[in-house]
Amino acid sequence: MARRILTALVGAAVMGIGAHSASAGTLDDVKAKGFVQCGVNTGLAGFAAPDASGNWSGFDVDYCKAIAAAIFADGSKVKYSPTSAKERFPALQSGEVDVLARNTTWTINRDTALGFNFRPVNYYDGQGFMVRKGLNVKSALELSGAAVCVQTGTTTELNLADYFKANNLQYNPVVFEKLEEVNAAYDAGRCDVYTTDQSGLYSLRLTLSKPDDHMILPEIISKEPLGPAVRQGDDQWFDIVSWVHYALIQAEEFGVTQANVEEMKKSTNPDVQRFLGVEADSKIGTDLGLTNEWAVNIIKAVGNYGEVFDRNIGAGSPLKIERGLNALWNKGGIQYAPPVR
Amino acid sequence: MNTHQGNFVRTSMIEAAPAPIQTGGIAYWLRKNLFATPKDAALTIISLLVLAWLIPPAVQWLFIDAAWTGGGRGVCATVAQGGSQPDGWSGACWAFVNAKFDQFLFGRYPIDERWRPALVGILFVLFLTPMLIPKVPYKNLNAILLLVVLPILALILLPGGWFGLPFVETPLWGGLMVTLVLSFVGIAVSLPLGILLALGRRSTMPVIKMLCTVFIEIVRGIPLITVLFMASVMLPLFLPQGVTFDKFLRALIGVSLFASAYMAEVVRGGLQAIGKGQYEGADSLGLSFWQKMNLIVLPQALKLVIPGIVNTFIGLFKDTSLVSIIGMFDLLGIVRLNFSDANWASAVTPISGLIFAGFIFWLFCFGMSRYSGFMERVLDTSHKR
Repeated sequence: MARRILTALVGAAVMGIGAHSASAGTLDDVKAKGFVQCGVNTGLAGFAAPDASGNWSGFDVDYCKAIAAAIFADGSKVKYSPTSAKERFPALQSGEVDVLARNTTWTINRDTALGFNFRPVNYYDGQGFMVRKGLNVKSALELSGAAVCVQTGTTTELNLADYFKANNLQYNPVVFEKLEEVNAAYDAGRCDVYTTDQSGLYSLRLTLSKPDDHMILPEIISKEPLGPAVRQGDDQWFDIVSWVHYALIQAEEFGVTQANVEEMKKSTNPDVQRFLGVEADSKIGTDLGLTNEWAVNIIKAVGNYGEVFDRNIGAGSPLKIERGLNALWNKGGIQYAPPVR
Repeated sequence: MNTHQGNFVRTSMIEAAPAPIQTGGIAYWLRKNLFATPKDAALTIISLLVLAWLIPPAVQWLFIDAAWTGGGRGVCATVAQGGSQPDGWSGACWAFVNAKFDQFLFGRYPIDERWRPALVGILFVLFLTPMLIPKVPYKNLNAILLLVVLPILALILLPGGWFGLPFVETPLWGGLMVTLVLSFVGIAVSLPLGILLALGRRSTMPVIKMLCTVFIEIVRGIPLITVLFMASVMLPLFLPQGVTFDKFLRALIGVSLFASAYMAEVVRGGLQAIGKGQYEGADSLGLSFWQKMNLIVLPQALKLVIPGIVNTFIGLFKDTSLVSIIGMFDLLGIVRLNFSDANWASAVTPISGLIFAGFIFWLFCFGMSRYSGFMERVLDTSHKR
């Protein structure tokens, strides 16, 4: 409750004071200053984390790079603002960041009351449970009376309460402030069940002493569509951020990769030609306020959606998250891009 | 009359007295300190047993079983976890600290430019060390180097943008460098400002007295985390669009003002301990207010409150890690940030990183504490009881 009040207060303050901020054209501002200011997580494995030399890398970070590449043909023209869960919304509202690519769940409250715009969902997440195999539990409905490890102050905690209440089950929450404390407590056996978003369960597995003794239950108790957010009131900027995601999806669908993008420009397929802006009299990028090469630049910088996914959180990373819902629509998932024409 | 009478003559040799109880050596020390009474002996034995129970596993975990080198999570994970260590292995993951060491020192400061903070750090040590040793001469020159020249050099070198040095914006700063800059500035600002505030609060001029009291009471009444959060999150909302000033600067100001308020109360405690006679003596010598304070009152008052001052310094040094809530990465923040690097995710990475960060914090705090003890002995005149 306190969180909601805080959010509402911040939102109200923002609406009153920051109302004048929405008028300026973000694209022009970004072009003028020469970089995209991108709000990212303060550290979430696979999504935004430092690499060996301290540079940001990860799934959300690649979205920042892709947006920069679409505008400047250079994926490195990004400045990152690591924002905590509380800081992220004021940071976007005050104009401190141009776009928030920070594994933020799209909710009606954030879309309306807080004054943000969401459209593409770059990662469909959902809250799940991990248990010890020794418990012989096959479903979350058998968890009555269990001690559940959960991070406090998150939607996870609220979803957990809702789920157990709705199913008339008892549970003992074991709450911690920091993620690594929750991990350590679960590993040490202080609770029977661990709950967080599924992507988090995968990174937890990396830190357990005996990962094979644990299993993830089939129930997904919440929808967590994560995607980039922008301020309301600047449709051009909103379009660019949205279409960067759709371009990544479209590239995967067409089989355009970081390695073959130059080759694909010679493709005879009119759809691919149009997408890559090599069609005669193309206005595919100029209508967005960018160049017609925008999609090519994105793919050159980060690859297509599948490559971004694999490199950061999928098979090519230590996390090894399955594509699942995030597979393309024609491969059993729900990632779908509107036609580029 | 040559008989000898009344005089006792010993007929046998006196027995040898037992050797005197040894008042030196290890045996004496042991007997005096560890085994003086049966209770002492019992406590000693129990303590030894506890140590014998604790230390070998700790040494085993920290040093013998530790993974010292390697290039990824594999060296710190067991086979079941997808690594190369045997099942059931547990040890410190120093390879993680090793691989990330430069980041822990400098944060995300560009690698080619890291000589700049390193140079500032070396100069800091070079200027600070002679300052700390009472016997080394030229203290005035030294103070100017440390408190004027070094900050100017740091202002030129660390952000750059002058003399052909590439500009390095503060969001890229991090690690121990941020911790030290924050604490150095906090300490250097809070001591003089705290003294002024304390004098102001004891002033007879009502406006100054009120201003200082209000400042101290307001700042002391707000948690540091709130000060930082307001400075970082709410302040931009109240500024006109496009007007921003550096987040790091905001944190520096916040931390410095915060420490000043605490310092003021510590110094005021010292001022109150100085007898009225000292003030009157100074007045009767015809000294001005500042002469009286500089020559008579403050030297005595500050000496009395050295433990309190150092306490505030140590608190400030550790409080700097709160800046991680506003998205800046001090030493602890950058260590924790690196837990999210999936290439190093393992069961022992977080604890190893935290032990490392804790050790570094301890080194600095313990150093400050020992030095303050030394200063108390050097400055000791008559107040010791």
